[in-house]
Amino acid sequence: MSALLSVADAHVAYGKVEAVRSVSLEVGANQIVTIVGANGAGKTTLLSAIMGILPLKGRVAFAGQDLSRLDIEDRVAMGLGLVPEHRELFVTMNVEDNLELGAFRIERSKAKASMERVYTLFPRLKERRKQLAGTLSGGEQQMLAMGRALMGEPKLLMLDEPSLGLAPIIVADIFRIVTELRAGGVSVLLVEQNAQAALKIADQAYVMELGEFVLSGKASDIAANERVAASYLGFQHEGASVL
Amino acid sequence: MNTTIMLFLVQDGITNGAIYALLGLALVLVFAVTRVILIPQGEFVTYGALTYASLAAGQMPGTAKLALALGIGAFVFDLFVARKALHGRLIVRSLVTNVVLPAIVLALTIYFAAQKPPVAVCIALSLVIVAMIGLYLYRIAFQPLAHTSVLVLLIASVGVHLALQGLGLLFFGAEGQRGPAVLSGAFTAGALRFTGQSITVYAITIAFIVGLWLFFGLTLYGKALRATAVNRLGARLAGIRTTLSGQIAFLLASVIGALSGIMIVPITTLYYDSGFLIGLKGFVAAIIGGLVSYPLTAVAALVVGIVEAFSSFYASNYKEVIVFMLLIPVLLLRSLAAPAVEEEKD
Repeated sequence: MSALLSVADAHVAYGKVEAVRSVSLEVGANQIVTIVGANGAGKTTLLSAIMGILPLKGRVAFAGQDLSRLDIEDRVAMGLGLVPEHRELFVTMNVEDNLELGAFRIERSKAKASMERVYTLFPRLKERRKQLAGTLSGGEQQMLAMGRALMGEPKLLMLDEPSLGLAPIIVADIFRIVTELRAGGVSVLLVEQNAQAALKIADQAYVMELGEFVLSGKASDIAANERVAASYLGFQHEGASVL
Repeated sequence: MNTTIMLFLVQDGITNGAIYALLGLALVLVFAVTRVILIPQGEFVTYGALTYASLAAGQMPGTAKLALALGIGAFVFDLFVARKALHGRLIVRSLVTNVVLPAIVLALTIYFAAQKPPVAVCIALSLVIVAMIGLYLYRIAFQPLAHTSVLVLLIASVGVHLALQGLGLLFFGAEGQRGPAVLSGAFTAGALRFTGQSITVYAITIAFIVGLWLFFGLTLYGKALRATAVNRLGARLAGIRTTLSGQIAFLLASVIGALSGIMIVPITTLYYDSGFLIGLKGFVAAIIGGLVSYPLTAVAALVVGIVEAFSSFYASNYKEVIVFMLLIPVLLLRSLAAPAVEEEKD
């Protein structure tokens, strides 16, 4: 079975500074794949480049098709979605309009059903559907950003630091929803600083440091590896077997 | 001063102000969506007005040929950009919108110009011609620069303005023209006399503002335009093409410009270069609205119109100076309210 997303030998540079060097990764259907690593490792840069926001040298294929000549909007139409770190919501518009625009490339008749699905996943958004996006709390904005991306019916959703700056209880909620997405047939590429939480729900994991992948494998193996946990991910196992 | 004169001046000011309001709204729209400060807005006014007047006088307007020429240019641009991934559907679509459409309009214009068409036909043809010019100008001059700074876009905008003004002289000559009234007749209410034309101006302005409000509030494309203005990256991630939003914005701006011109030209004689000053007054209103606020722009436009009417009565030599001086206190206030220089995000 070929992977849904496959990136081979990717380089991303800001001018002369290479932020991502020779990175390869694969995301299969119905998989949660996480990229963990410290701040500044190049995780956000890599996601932006896969989405087409930044130029990428190397090969990126999605659903068997080469992405190199497609711009952001075409990638969205193909079923690739990104929830960026800064969420990029339409802050002066209400929740419902934000969601409706997420389905800009989807048939009108399907958009209605999509919105119901998003409201089922995030009941909070339904309560606030007439409220301006800019007046929502951080957690609600994150939900709205995910909801907007889901309105485009993505096959693969890329989430950039969804837990950043949010209260633990909301983070737990968001991670629970990510696993529900996988159950619903959406693959997820999750970039997180909160490695412990990300590794718990992921199938595959990549550890990124200074623009390169230093380790990859099954998420459970990486989480269980004490040396890895201590040196790359900054957390200590409390007991010998955490999982 | 007596009340009658004052009422007359206010009425005159509101009629002009209504047109400035439309132009100001178009400027705000185009800036919010594309970051282009639309200096050629005035040329859309002149082109609309003089195309309408020429057609009504049974002359062939050169703008129809310009539309076809620009359309061919836009077609070539489309092909060049897509040269690595050309496919039949794309070529056909671009050919139809950029070449076939203006060619049909040109043929219709030649056919109708020879036989002094009725007012409605003149208006329709003028609007379509100027709308196409606006659309193709965006494709040729602004779309390739979409990711550059506001300054570069402004320079391109000035260039387009100068080119269009020169072409205007070529097409319409140095003589001024007037067009037939859209609605003839008049009635009086108290001391005031309302001509059919001024009623038309009010009606069209209000209809357009309501129409724009509905378009932005209710339709998916209207919302997409607002979304692009609020957050360009967010819009792209939702699959909304920046170029599509830009095209719609330019289409609306050119139609608004042409419509304003058609409303003015029965009242005032217009020359090939009159549009600039008219557009500039819409610009004053847009600046007072901070290039972001639609309601503030509309109100400011009415103030500009009324100030202009009063200053042309009391000090007609200085009327332009007085109108443009309105900007100075506004800019001062704005600079005090927001002392930090805004950096461009993208």
